[in-house]
Amino acid sequence: MPTTDELKARIEDAIPGAQADVVDLTGGGDHFRAVVSAPEFAELSRIEQHRRVYAVFGPEIGGPIHALSLETRAEA
Amino acid sequence: MSTVEQQIREAIQEAIADNEVILFMKGTPEAPRCGFSARTVATLEALGAEFAAVDILPDPRIRQELSGLSNWPTIPQLFVRGELVGGCDIVTEMYETGELADVIGVKPPAGAPEEAPVAAEAGAAPLPIENRLDS
Repeated sequence: MPTTDELKARIEDAIPGAQADVVDLTGGGDHFRAVVSAPEFAELSRIEQHRRVYAVFGPEIGGPIHALSLETRAEA
Repeated sequence: MSTVEQQIREAIQEAIADNEVILFMKGTPEAPRCGFSARTVATLEALGAEFAAVDILPDPRIRQELSGLSNWPTIPQLFVRGELVGGCDIVTEMYETGELADVIGVKPPAGAPEEAPVAAEAGAAPLPIENRLDS
């Protein structure tokens, strides 16, 4: 079961300069919310920013990670 | 890709092309089966926006083909004039900035809340119990 620390580390490792705050929405280890900021988001549309974060987890989204609610910001 | 999957993909493309505003969701607007779908419906309704809705739950291939087409992994997905606008997070964010009304081309009704509405907890699907016990 993924943990908030694991999700945070994976986002920050995959996206250069990213900062992620991850919370478990239900306490069940499968519905998460992440607020992610990264310098590269400045050049991406909102949709592309979210796609970038979803891409870190690939098919795990909808699998072990049932839901990942996102808020993205273009800053480090 | 099997023929059935192709048919589903074509049906999705046709639905997106034929409906100016279309929401792919879990459940129906009247009976959403997921909190994110419920909130997206409530947000569109707060704008008084008319939209078509597709329940993706009846066949897992609908979601598979939709996500393949849209390059978007989660449900709900809102399309306006053929373009993916986003899921629940983006739709509610755009509601609050006023962008959603602009994109859809509606004027928010007087008294529309400033914050995107928080939907009531989505109802669980009724448990399909077939009672074969002797009474």
